[in-house]
Amino acid sequence: MVAVAAAVVVGAGAAAVASNAAAAASPDGADALIALRGVTKSYGEGGTAFQALKGVDLDILAGDFVAVMGPSGSGKSTTMNILGCLDVPSGGTFLFRGYQVETLNRDQRALLRRRYLGFVFQGFNLLSRTTALENVELPLLYRGDEKKARRELSMAALEKVGLDRWWDHTPAELSGGQQQRVAIARAIVTQPDVLLADEPTGNLDSERSVEIMELLTDLNRGGITVLMVTHEPDMAAFARTVIHFKDGLVERIERNHHQGQPVEGGA
Amino acid sequence: MLGTTFVLALRSIRRHLLRSFLTTLGIIIGVAAVVTMVTLGKATTAQVQQNISSLGTNILQVRPGQGFGRGGGGPRPPDFKPEDVEAIANQIAGVSAVAPQAQSTATAIYEGANWSTTINGTTAAYFQVQPWPLAAGRLWTSQEESAGKAVCIIGNTVRQNLFRTGRAVGQRFRVGAVSCDVIGVLSTRGQAGFGGDQDDVVIMPIKTVQRRFTGTRDVRLMLVGVDQAYSTATVQAGITDLLRERRTITAGKDDDFNIFDTKQISDTLSSTTTLLTRIVTAVAGISLVVGGIGIMNIMLVSVTERTREIGIRLAIGAVASEVLLQFLVEAVVLSMLGGVIGLLLAQVAIGALSALGGLPYLFVPEINAIAFGISAVIGVVFGYFPARRAAALNPIDALRHE
Ligand SMILES: Nc1ncnc2c1ncn2[C@@H]1O[C@H](COP(=O)(O)OP(=O)(O)OP(=O)(O)O)[C@@H](O)[C@H]1O
Ligand SMILES: [Mg+2]
Repeated sequence: MVAVAAAVVVGAGAAAVASNAAAAASPDGADALIALRGVTKSYGEGGTAFQALKGVDLDILAGDFVAVMGPSGSGKSTTMNILGCLDVPSGGTFLFRGYQVETLNRDQRALLRRRYLGFVFQGFNLLSRTTALENVELPLLYRGDEKKARRELSMAALEKVGLDRWWDHTPAELSGGQQQRVAIARAIVTQPDVLLADEPTGNLDSERSVEIMELLTDLNRGGITVLMVTHEPDMAAFARTVIHFKDGLVERIERNHHQGQPVEGGA
Repeated sequence: MLGTTFVLALRSIRRHLLRSFLTTLGIIIGVAAVVTMVTLGKATTAQVQQNISSLGTNILQVRPGQGFGRGGGGPRPPDFKPEDVEAIANQIAGVSAVAPQAQSTATAIYEGANWSTTINGTTAAYFQVQPWPLAAGRLWTSQEESAGKAVCIIGNTVRQNLFRTGRAVGQRFRVGAVSCDVIGVLSTRGQAGFGGDQDDVVIMPIKTVQRRFTGTRDVRLMLVGVDQAYSTATVQAGITDLLRERRTITAGKDDDFNIFDTKQISDTLSSTTTLLTRIVTAVAGISLVVGGIGIMNIMLVSVTERTREIGIRLAIGAVASEVLLQFLVEAVVLSMLGGVIGLLLAQVAIGALSALGGLPYLFVPEINAIAFGISAVIGVVFGYFPARRAAALNPIDALRHE
C-alpha cells in the first residue's frame, strides 16, 4: 500500500517537475527548495469564509535558517502547516523539491513528510509513557528501518542533542528543555531536508530557549534548512532570514548579516 | 508494514497495561465461559452415556412394581418365577438371552477381614447380555449352575477388602452361612451413576442364592438381552403382553411390573444434557459479544484520548492505512490475548469443576479453536470502526487536540 502510494508520489513528482519549468523561469524561484506562488488559504465556506492567507509569494533556499515573525493571527502557523504538507492551499501553487504539493493526496503528502520533513512543536508532542529512544525511533519505524539501524540512528540523533544518556527516560521524567531536544532528535533522525518548528521555544524559559536555538543553528550548519516561527526577536536573531507576516501576507523580508552566533542584543 | 504495525500495537498495549487488561476482560470471561460450559456439557453427556452403557446397551431390565416414583401403597407386587424367565426366553422374538437375578445381602469373611456386600444370584446368561469380562479365573460351568454349587465370582471391591493384595481365585471364604470357592474375579467397572459401587458384589449361580439366602425360587429382576436386529421397543411390547397374561392382569389395569430400556434412557438423558449445554453455551456466547462491545467501547475512548498521539504519528509521516492498521492490530491482539487467557482460565475452571463433579477432565480441541477464532473475529469486527475513525483524523486538528 505504501509502496503504491510512493510510486504515485514519484509519478506526480515527475509531472510536477515538468510544470516546474515555468516556475523555474521566474528569476528568484530558480533554485529555491520551497516556492510559494500566490498561495491563499480560506477557512469556512461562503459568506462566513475567512481568508487567513491572501496570496503569499515566497522562496526559501536550501540551507537557509528562516525565522517567521508577525502579530498573532497573521497567518504564520497557517503557512507553516502548508509548508509542512499538513495542509493544502486553497489557491496558488506550492512547489517543494519539484513536487506540486497541492495536487498530491493525503497519503502522498504523508510520504513527503516522512522522507523530507521534520517537525518540532511548541508543546513538544512526544508520546507519553514512551522512552526518549522509542520516541526518536518512531519515524524510522514508519520508514521501515530494521531494528539495529533504528537503534543506531536514534542513539546518534540523541547524542546530537546531548541526551544520549537519557535514552530510557519517558517525557514525564524529562524537563521541558530536554523534551524539546528529544523532539528535535525525532525530527532530524531521518535526516530531513527541512526542519519546521512552530514556536519551538514558546513553552521554555529564555536560558532553555537559547540552548534550543544554538542546537538549531548547529543543525542548520550541518545542512538542514530550518523554518521557525517565533514571537521573540532574540530568537529570530539566530536566523539568517527573517520573514515578517501581516494580515495574511508577507510584509517584508530581512537578512541578518551575522556569522554563526548573533551579537548580544540582536543584529 | 504489518511488522511495524505489530511492534507499534504491542508497544501501545504495554504502555497501558491496566487499560488493556480491562479491555480484554470481557473477552477473557466470555471465552472462558463458553469453553468451560461446552466442555463440561460434553463431559457430563459422556459420563451419563458411559454410566448407562456400563449397564449394557440393548438390555431391558424387568422388575416387579410400577417403576420410579409410582407404585405408592398397596401390596407389593409378586416377584417373577423361573417359568417367566423361560417364557420370555422362548416365546419372544428378538430376545438373545434372559438373565434372572435373585439378590440378597450378606457379610463376607476371610481370615479376619469382613465386608458387607451384595449377593447376586444369576445364570451364565448374565455375562452374555452385558459385557463384563473377568479379570482372573473362570465362569461357572452349567453343571455347577444347575447343581447350585457354592462357587463365586467376586467384584473387585470385594476382592480388595477380603484378599488385599493376595490371590483370590482358588481361595475359600465365608459369605453369610455359606462357604464359597472363588472361581473368578471381575474386571473393574467403577462407580455407577445410579446406585453406588458396581464392583461391590459377589455373584453366584441363582440356585445357590435361592436355596441358601433368599429361600424362595423368586426372581427379583430379569436382564433381557435384545438381538441387535430387533428394536428394544418391539421386544419390550412383547414382554409386556406376555407378562400381563402370565400375571393375569385384566385389560384396563396398570402393569404391576416395569421394563427399563437403557438405550431409551440413554437417548433421553443425552438429548437433555445436549439441550442444557446448548442453552448455557448460548448464554456464554452472549457474554462474548458483550466482551466485543467492551473492546469497541474502550478502543473508541482510546481514539479520542489518543487523538494527539494520532496527530503526531500522522505528522511524522504515517499514512492513514498505517494508523488504521495499528488500531486494528491493537484490537485484534488484545482480543486474541484475551482469548488465550480465557482458554487457559477455562482449562483451570474445567479441571476444578470436573474434579468437583466427579467428571473426567476433558479437552475438546474444536471448541478451544472455535472460541479462539471468535475472539480474533471480534477483534477485527469491533476494532474496525474505532480504527477507521482514528485513520480519518486530520493531522492539524489532531495535533491541536487537548
Ligand atoms: N482551522 C481554522 N479554522 C478557522 N480559522 C482558522 C483556523 N486556523 C486558523 N484560523 C484563523 O486563521 C488566522 C491565521 O491563523 P494562524 O494560526 O496562522 O495565526 P498565527 O500567525 O500562527 O498566530 P499566532 O501567533 O497566534 O499563533 C487566524 O485569524 C485564525 O483565527
Ligand atoms: Mg501560530
